Amino acid sequence: MRIDAQTSQKIAKTLIWTAALFVIVVLFSIIIYILIKGIPMISWQFLTEIPRNMGRSGGISSSIVGTLLVTAVAVIVATPFGIGTAIYLTEYTREGRVTRIIRFSAESLAGIPSIVYGLFGFIFFVIYLKMGWSILSGGLTMAIMILPTIIRTSEEAIRTVPNLYREVGFSLGATKWQAITKTVLPSALPGIVNGVILSIGRCVAETAAVMLTAGSTLRMPISLLSPTRTMAVHFYILAREGISMENAYGTAALLIILILLINVGFNMLVNRFVSKGR
Amino acid sequence: MSIMILTILMSMMSACSQESGSATIVAGSTSVQPYAEVLAEEYMILNSNSEIDIQGGGSSAGITAAQTQSADIGMSSRALKDEEKSLWSIEIARDGLVLIVNPKNPLENLALDQIRNIYTGIITDWSQVGGSTANIHLIAREEGSGTRSAFTELVMGEAEITPKAIVQDSNGSVMQLVAGDPNAIGFISLGLVNDEVKALHLDGIEATAENIMNDSYKLSRPFLFVTKGEPTGLTKSFIDFTLSLEGQELLSKEGLIPSREGKGN
Amino acid sequence: MKKFKENFSERVFLLLALSALSVLALITVFIFTKGIPLIAKVGVVNFIFGMKWSPSQGSYGIFPMIVGTISVTLGAAIIGIPIAICCSIFLAEFAPATLRNIFRPAIQLLAGIPSVVYGFWGVLFIVPMIRNYLGGPGLSILAGSIILAIMILPTIISITEVTILALPRHYKDGALALGLTHWQTIRHLLLPAAKSGIVAAIILGLGRAVGETMAVIMVVGNAVALPETILDPVRTMTTNIGIEMGYASGEHQQALFATGIVLFIIIMIMNATAQYITRKK
Repeated sequence: MRIDAQTSQKIAKTLIWTAALFVIVVLFSIIIYILIKGIPMISWQFLTEIPRNMGRSGGISSSIVGTLLVTAVAVIVATPFGIGTAIYLTEYTREGRVTRIIRFSAESLAGIPSIVYGLFGFIFFVIYLKMGWSILSGGLTMAIMILPTIIRTSEEAIRTVPNLYREVGFSLGATKWQAITKTVLPSALPGIVNGVILSIGRCVAETAAVMLTAGSTLRMPISLLSPTRTMAVHFYILAREGISMENAYGTAALLIILILLINVGFNMLVNRFVSKGR
Repeated sequence: MSIMILTILMSMMSACSQESGSATIVAGSTSVQPYAEVLAEEYMILNSNSEIDIQGGGSSAGITAAQTQSADIGMSSRALKDEEKSLWSIEIARDGLVLIVNPKNPLENLALDQIRNIYTGIITDWSQVGGSTANIHLIAREEGSGTRSAFTELVMGEAEITPKAIVQDSNGSVMQLVAGDPNAIGFISLGLVNDEVKALHLDGIEATAENIMNDSYKLSRPFLFVTKGEPTGLTKSFIDFTLSLEGQELLSKEGLIPSREGKGN
Repeated sequence: MKKFKENFSERVFLLLALSALSVLALITVFIFTKGIPLIAKVGVVNFIFGMKWSPSQGSYGIFPMIVGTISVTLGAAIIGIPIAICCSIFLAEFAPATLRNIFRPAIQLLAGIPSVVYGFWGVLFIVPMIRNYLGGPGLSILAGSIILAIMILPTIISITEVTILALPRHYKDGALALGLTHWQTIRHLLLPAAKSGIVAAIILGLGRAVGETMAVIMVVGNAVALPETILDPVRTMTTNIGIEMGYASGEHQQALFATGIVLFIIIMIMNATAQYITRKK
């Protein structure tokens, strides 16, 4: 029996709408569940006190600081490399073997599982470079992980800068360097910032790679060589060890709120960029 | 620009690295870690100018860390192997190992060889050991964990834990699983047992501090602090605190059995 | 001077651009040097096809974990791909503008949620549901597949949507003008035309499933035996590393790096395939 075109269209449409709604429901059920359970736990003390008794009581201030520092190291190190790569790919060279190799490397890096980054960071930064389990080891490992994201988003952003901008610069006698720093980079900035924001989100959410490289102490870090336990790792340990479900939910809620804020920031930038660009 | 940032980063690093050496680093067994944290917290209240840094990593990692002196004290939740005996070590407490099941499970007691047969996979149904008819869901710890090696040594002997066993990487997750699954069985530290799970008797003997101290309950293991050479300075002071009446009381309040080396008994 | 500055800046950018390549090389070198000695000692065949993993006794066979990885990934593919494709068609073709503006950021958010949160959610809801309604311990291939299916959605949806939107407009207009329904147009024209992009999206999504660690550790049970049904617990290559790395030393640690090598090679092959497919287009 053949189903006529209109009926099959109806069936397909229903299925597609169901799938889309299903995904939305799953997403919101996860987020809302964590927020409902966790937000009541978040208080001023929770944000500012050091964890006590393995995290059973007290707050998570040292984890928040650790998360911020690991993320900062990663972003500060990866951004210049990422933007530099993007500039090289777009401004200094034609498509050829070199760009192919660089792109292949970046895309391959993007696909490598975080646990493999963790293994590498552990053997290279922690052991070989003797940095120990530290914010620095964790941050540098994360820097490598976010490098492809920054390269890709920066490259896309730079490519959308109209060629006219560069040509006007050159015709006024500007060097390539001047054209890049004075016109291309400023107009590509929103796109580049988006990439950085996405990367921050990734650093905050990462667990496996950070656990193997930054350690798991609950003490407040005193230097970049101090070990730390980021919020995602703290949540994992609290929930896994069953130390304190209340504080686990609190930490998870805070993580989700951070990710939400990062995403909102990203979308606001995209909207501004789009409305400005067109 | 990036070079500038790198330079700043480097200088931050070197500026900071000078002060980070002052803390006593204690690393190793995640089973000992919670108790060490409690001790360190109290110790740092009493001696406000000293810093003690507790890291996980597992027993083997802790012993290696003590050997290479990347940690001042290594924590181990298993006895030292022959090749590790050159280290200085002291038992800070003993810990009981208990088999736990869901409270809905009618079973109260298992014999040692029944436990072994369950974990080798010979016994697969609760009815074979006097329970209701249902598949046994076996839970073990991961390779390398002190809890697993203590269990293997004390219960399994030469036999092997079946590969079909579910493997979890912490005492807590073993407990959560058993609390949620009426057919599960697992083993954890005595000190961590709460009322969401039921601790089984072994050969008719209940796992209590007294029964472990008088050796009638067989499943117990030492919690060790190991150092390279006789401890000195802050390290010694912290170990002394651990073995003091006060330190031992803290540990037994957390569910451990006082050490024979300590001043608690 | 100007010329010098120009040359100099080009050098600097080339140097920066080589960072990705050099890091990739470093990762490869370090993981391989750490893991290869063990593979050499055990033998490639024994390592990959060995059935027994028992580091305390010196047995290092990861075949059950390879099977574990494949089965969990396959499960995620069966559950996740149809949903993902439907969602991307929804986004590209059916969604009203307002819904699209909610849906697209939502998908992004889905990608941003930490994997430990997914795992936790799985332990709280999926695992007990499987245990109570389907039997077994709950920690299982099925639980892993469900969680991974959700986690790979953003990757597949966003790439597929971009591919569909990038198709020339006249494809669709022509078809609609010929009197085909919207769905016929999608099914017979848009989807076939977007095929290579969709395949690449799927491969990248499955690559993510193969590589995911934390969420999987929490829901698959990590047993090292070959599974018999989808309700049995399994261990994947990633969870083998994640669960044992904290404790491992010596040969055991090398064996985990060796597991990493196998994982790395599988992922690189998947990546290269996806890149090849996209480029060919």
